[in-house]
Amino acid sequence: MATLKINGERVDVDVDASTPLLWVVREQLGLTGTKYSCGIGICGSCTVHVDGAAVRSCTLPVSELAEGQEILTIEGLSANNDHPVQQAWAELDVPQCGYCQPGMIMAAAALLTENAEPADTDIDAAVTNICRCGTFNRVRRGIHLAAEIKKNGGAS
Amino acid sequence: MSKARIAVSRREFIIRSTTAGAGFALGLTLPGLPRTALTAEGTGGTDWAADPEGPEINAWVVIQPDDTVVIRIARSEMGQGTLTGLAQLVAEELECDWSKVTTEYPTPGENLRRDRVWGSFSTGGSRGIRDSHAYVRKGGAVAREMLIQAAAEAWDVPKAECSAEASVVTHGPSGRTTTYGQVAKAAAKLWPPEHVELKDPEDWELIGKPVKRLDTLDKLNGKQIFGADLTLPGMLNAAVKACPVFTGKLDSFDDSKVRDKPGVRAVLAVGDNAVAVVADTWWQAKTALDALPVTWNKGPHADLSSAAIDEMLDEGLTSGEQVFVGNASGDAEQGLAGAAKTIEAVYAYPYQNHATMETMNATAVWTPERCEVWCPTQDGMAALEAAAEAAGLPIEQCDVHKIHLGGGFGRRGAFHDFVTQAVLIAKQLPDTPVKLLWTREEDMAHGHYHPITKCKLVGGLDESGDLTALKVRISGQSILASVRPEWMAEDGSDPVTFQGFHADGDHAISYGVANLLVEHAMRNPPVPPGFWRGVNINQNAIYLECFIDELAHAAGKDPLAFRRKLMAEHPKSLAVLETVAEKAGWGKPAANGAHRGLAVVKTFGSYVAACAEVSVSDGKVKVQRIVAATDPGYAVNPQQIEAQVEGSFVYGLSALFQGECTIENGAVVQSNFHDYPSMQIADMPDVEVIVMPSGGFWGGIGEPTIAVAAPAVLNAVFAATGQRLRRVPLKSVEL
Ligand code: FES
Ligand code: FES
Repeated sequence: MATLKINGERVDVDVDASTPLLWVVREQLGLTGTKYSCGIGICGSCTVHVDGAAVRSCTLPVSELAEGQEILTIEGLSANNDHPVQQAWAELDVPQCGYCQPGMIMAAAALLTENAEPADTDIDAAVTNICRCGTFNRVRRGIHLAAEIKKNGGAS
Repeated sequence: MSKARIAVSRREFIIRSTTAGAGFALGLTLPGLPRTALTAEGTGGTDWAADPEGPEINAWVVIQPDDTVVIRIARSEMGQGTLTGLAQLVAEELECDWSKVTTEYPTPGENLRRDRVWGSFSTGGSRGIRDSHAYVRKGGAVAREMLIQAAAEAWDVPKAECSAEASVVTHGPSGRTTTYGQVAKAAAKLWPPEHVELKDPEDWELIGKPVKRLDTLDKLNGKQIFGADLTLPGMLNAAVKACPVFTGKLDSFDDSKVRDKPGVRAVLAVGDNAVAVVADTWWQAKTALDALPVTWNKGPHADLSSAAIDEMLDEGLTSGEQVFVGNASGDAEQGLAGAAKTIEAVYAYPYQNHATMETMNATAVWTPERCEVWCPTQDGMAALEAAAEAAGLPIEQCDVHKIHLGGGFGRRGAFHDFVTQAVLIAKQLPDTPVKLLWTREEDMAHGHYHPITKCKLVGGLDESGDLTALKVRISGQSILASVRPEWMAEDGSDPVTFQGFHADGDHAISYGVANLLVEHAMRNPPVPPGFWRGVNINQNAIYLECFIDELAHAAGKDPLAFRRKLMAEHPKSLAVLETVAEKAGWGKPAANGAHRGLAVVKTFGSYVAACAEVSVSDGKVKVQRIVAATDPGYAVNPQQIEAQVEGSFVYGLSALFQGECTIENGAVVQSNFHDYPSMQIADMPDVEVIVMPSGGFWGGIGEPTIAVAAPAVLNAVFAATGQRLRRVPLKSVEL
């Protein structure tokens, strides 16, 4: 049994302590926006925020989370699909198949929290997610556009 | 092309089902599924034509009372944008309000019940649009005519006095208007017209416009449900492991070790080569499967290795056995014998996995009377056939509900091994939905791999340095021999092996060479090959385009000028090549001391070229920029073409730099993204996409440009370093 705070709500989950956070959010809480792809911490499809930082949830056992830690999944990023990153992504039609995109968006959102105007090299270092469809150029433009949207107070 | 008058057969518009979507009483509306998919109990169903949410005008178009336009899409959306592109084609003729358009997938079972009214469901070979543009546009045009007629009849005026635009029908003389939503019910009862006229491409308003995709918003907030995400009431989860050795079988397993683990419901043999654990959650199933002792009967290929396959291919480079001719003109041998200078080189291309981000999966529920499957598939009809066969039921008692794919790239079209497995598991647990999800490790071990080939090329130059003879010997695996033997040519050859070398057609060679011989020594190792985005053009373009570059340098000529001389008969290819050269600044120094390389091919009916700029420092290659041009004939959605071209370079460059599956002890060595890496954003070059549709034909988009990325980069690497890299991938190469 673990008590977690996910998307602002406290939830009790009855799982083996070694279960990765990814499978807790997907299978116990039904939040399937966070994706499985590699399960070994490389691809970033499972990216969520823990206390604001981008974390690969497939290699994070729930036992390593403290009770007060704030976990944010793609479903909790915004109420109306209007986080600056989501706005920018919609404007540029970033997703192709879309499978990697929740992880990509969470990585981008965490980067912008930390660095309001990331340079290309900052993006290269922070966004290490794999996208087999190849959306990288639009992801990069999307992050710059989201930074602008954020600077202008969130509206596009 | 101008206006086309097209006959309408009654049959294709009047076969309406009364038993659509017969399914289980699951009471669900699932994203990506027809609204009617899951309603009735047991064998009952819903009448699509009598859908309370709005009448079906014809198979392609449903109009709801609030003017919402539902366009049915038979092909699959896997990221390539075909959903939006096909909807644009229907909507162009339908004259509907684009902002009111939504889409849905008809089920393959419904297609069977309606005498295959939606045609092919197959989504591969960059054919989604080019194979179906005519009949989907016709579907839109017929629906438009019926809607106009319904309005005219309601007003009791001649139809010829009425016209439609943006979902509004107007009676010219009186100025009266009505909307599609208001006349849809009456229109659905009319006979379709005997003829319709399709618009002249000059008059297209929506086709050719860079409209936004219809599927973006749900992909931004986690709402888009993929197959891997599906949850059905009472559903169990399965993890599977098949014998890692190709063609090996399951010998035995000891379920006493895992039966009592939390959540475990069943441990089952799946077919003759795999074992599955079924549990309440997938994580429980997967961890129990990891702990399950299994013994395999590895079979005859337990010793197979990459070294042995390499030898097999080397033998084929010179052998006279099992050799087929793909293209020949003049006399290559004599041409070479008489050449002033001959050049020779051997290239090699490895096995590669599709590595879709979403691993293979399918959800199935089986009863003695019925089987239903939910899965990402590039070919719903093939998925249905696989489901029926595994279910042991007549195909009429089965159906497949398609879900958008988390990547396809060819893996989910010709192969439905994941559907077969899911049904075989569900069959052992009747009445219970079971979702099967592969681990990445399983996905790597049981791909249908990009085929392995090598190629020896010999070219002859005359005194003035012009190419007079070219001999190309490909040695290696045929996809068709194992996947589609029925498509093989009568002499036993595999025409797909010669993609990019054909004398004419969608994959024709772009050069005129007086004495040419292209051969394939078919060598088929027991590793399952598959269609992999681009298929054989990926390696064939490397072989030819890099070797042409070698010849140009041997002749002391500029690679662009050298090619131009061979392209007199290929003006469209030359046009894309000249365009990228000019745009990239060919002949002038590149920024940051970068070096350039060119490549051009015709493939999937489109003409494409690329100019890559590359810099090399500390032995590392950095691709700085690629300028790419595509002439697809007609360009349905330029912004999607741009996205496809950029994406194709990620796939192509990942393959060039990193993608390789090797074989040891009969199994694939690589198991996940740590040893089968894929490109990240930091490696991504700037890409400039030029779309230059010349009209009059329909070429593909999803695949063609993937082929020019690698050779353009390799030629640029030569320009930068003087080194010819002839073995893919480059990861182990020292520069
Ligand atoms: S699924 Fe977690 S990093 Fe790939
Ligand atoms: S959008 Fe398909 S994997 Fe990234």
